[in-house]
Amino acid sequence: MSEFIQFIQERHEQILLLIWEHSYISFIAVMAGFLVSVPLGIILTRTEKMNRYVIGFVNILQTIPSLALLGLMIPLLGIGAVPAIVALFLYSLLPMLRNTFTGIMEVDPALKEAAKGMGMTSFQILWKVELPLAISIIMGGFRTATIYTISWATLAAVIGGGGLGYLVFTGLGVANDNMLLTGALATAMLATIADFITRKIQNVCTPKGLRSNRAN
Amino acid sequence: MISFHSVEMRINDVSIIQKLDLQIKAGELFVLIGPSGCGKTTTMKMINRLIEPTSGRIEINGEDVSLADPVELRRNIGYVIQQIALFPHMTIGQNVSLVPRLKKADQAQYEKKVDELLDMVGLDPKVFKNRYPAELSGGQQQRVGVIRAMAADPPIILMDEPFSALDPISREQLQDEFVRLQKTIKKTIVFVTHDMDEAIKISDRICLMNNGAVVQVDSPEKLLQRPANSFVADFIGIKRLKGAQERQAVSSAKKATLPRWSIS
Ligand SMILES: Nc1ncnc2c1ncn2[C@@H]1O[C@H](COP(=O)(O)OP(=O)(O)OP(=O)(O)O)[C@@H](O)[C@H]1O
Ligand SMILES: [Mg+2]
Repeated sequence: MSEFIQFIQERHEQILLLIWEHSYISFIAVMAGFLVSVPLGIILTRTEKMNRYVIGFVNILQTIPSLALLGLMIPLLGIGAVPAIVALFLYSLLPMLRNTFTGIMEVDPALKEAAKGMGMTSFQILWKVELPLAISIIMGGFRTATIYTISWATLAAVIGGGGLGYLVFTGLGVANDNMLLTGALATAMLATIADFITRKIQNVCTPKGLRSNRAN
Repeated sequence: MISFHSVEMRINDVSIIQKLDLQIKAGELFVLIGPSGCGKTTTMKMINRLIEPTSGRIEINGEDVSLADPVELRRNIGYVIQQIALFPHMTIGQNVSLVPRLKKADQAQYEKKVDELLDMVGLDPKVFKNRYPAELSGGQQQRVGVIRAMAADPPIILMDEPFSALDPISREQLQDEFVRLQKTIKKTIVFVTHDMDEAIKISDRICLMNNGAVVQVDSPEKLLQRPANSFVADFIGIKRLKGAQERQAVSSAKKATLPRWSIS
C-alpha cells in the first residue's frame, strides 16, 4: 500500500497529465458524437424508410471489437490522439442516436396530434413538444455514451493516443501492479465523476412537469 | 357554416367514409354519434385537415378547406382530442394559452381569458394555473382539455368525446354548464359522443352514423319521435323511445283535453 502511494507521489505529474489527456480525448469524442447523433436521430424520425438502414449500420459499428476498430484506424489516420478520438466518436454514436430516435418516436402520438390539431407547425411540434418530452431519454444516451467512452478511452494508448490506458498497458507489460492499479483507479474515478455530472445535466434538462421527484 | 359535399375517405381501398353530405349551421351544436368505428372521429378530423378526404369537398363559410393553409386553419378551429392529451411539460396556464401564444396574441389579454376559462369550469386559477397536468385528476384534466380549445375564441370548435373520462356526476354537471355556456357564446360546435343521453341533452341536431355513412340527421325530438329505421330505433334504445313517446302522448293528451275544459 505504501508503495502504491509512493508511486503516485513520484509520478503525480505524469498521472495528472494522463488524466487530462484521457478527459479531453473522451470529451471531444462524446461532444462530436452528440453533435452528429442528435440531429441525425431527429432526421431519422422524419424519414421512415431510412431509419432501419442507418440504425443497422451504426449497430454494426458497435459490434466491431474496439481493438479491431482502433487497428482499422491506423492505416486510415495513422497513430496518435486523432485516430483514437475518431474511433471513440464512432463508438459514442449508437447510444445517443438510438436514444434520440426512440425518445422522439415514443412521444405519445396523441400529443403530437393535439399539437398538430391546435395549429403548430412541424418545426414547433419538434421544438416545443417532441424534444422537451424526449430530452431526458436523449440525455440518458449522452450519459451512457460518456461513461462508455471514458472506459473505452483506455484503449487509445494502444495506438499511441495517450490517456490512462498508458498506465494500464505499460503496467501490464512490465508487470508493475502499482502502475496498472493507478491507471485502473483513475479511469474508474473519471467515470464516476462523469456519471455524477451527466446525471445532473440530465436532471436539469428534464422539463419540470416530467420530473418524478418533484415535490407536490 | 360547415358543409360536406360527397366526401369520401378510403384507406387502401377500404371505405372509411362513404358519400358524406352534411350541412352544419353556424352557431349550432351538432352531435356526431354512432357505434365505435363508424367514422365519427374521421369525419371530424377532415374538418381541420388532420385527415384528408379521398374525394369530395369540405367548405367552411363557402371556402374550400383544402385550399386553406392547414396551420392557419387549425389555429382558428378549436380542437378537443379524444385522448385529452394535455402537454405534460407545460403548466395548465401554458396548455390553455397555447393557441393564443401561437397566434402571438397580447399576453395580458390571454392571461385574463385563461383565468376566466379556468373559473368557468370550477378550477381556481390561483390554485391550478401553475400546476402541471400530472397534478390534476382525470376529470380536471378533461375540463382543461375543453377550455384549451376555447382560449383563442375560435368560431368553430371540434370536440371528440370531451366528457367521456368523467364520472357521471361531474359529467352531468359539465354538460349543464356547457349547454348554458353555448347559449351565450353560440359557437359552431361539432361534438362526437357515443352516449345517446348526452347527445339528446346538449344537441341542436344529432347525426347518427353507421359504417361510415349518415343514417339520420335530425333534432333530438324528431329523432326520438320518428326514428328513420330499425337501426336508429335500436341505437336509441327501447327505453328512451318509450319514454319519449309517453311524454309525447301525455302532452298531446293534454292538448286534446284542453278544449273540453275550456268549454265547461
Ligand atoms: N389509419 C387507419 N388505417 C386503417 N383504418 C383506419 C385508420 N384509422 C381509422 N381506421 C378505421 O376507420 C374507421 C373509422 O374510425 P374512427 O376513428 O373515425 O371511428 P369512431 O367512430 O371515431 O370510433 P370510436 O367511437 O371508437 O372513437 C374504423 O373502422 C377504423 O378501424
Ligand atoms: Mg373516435
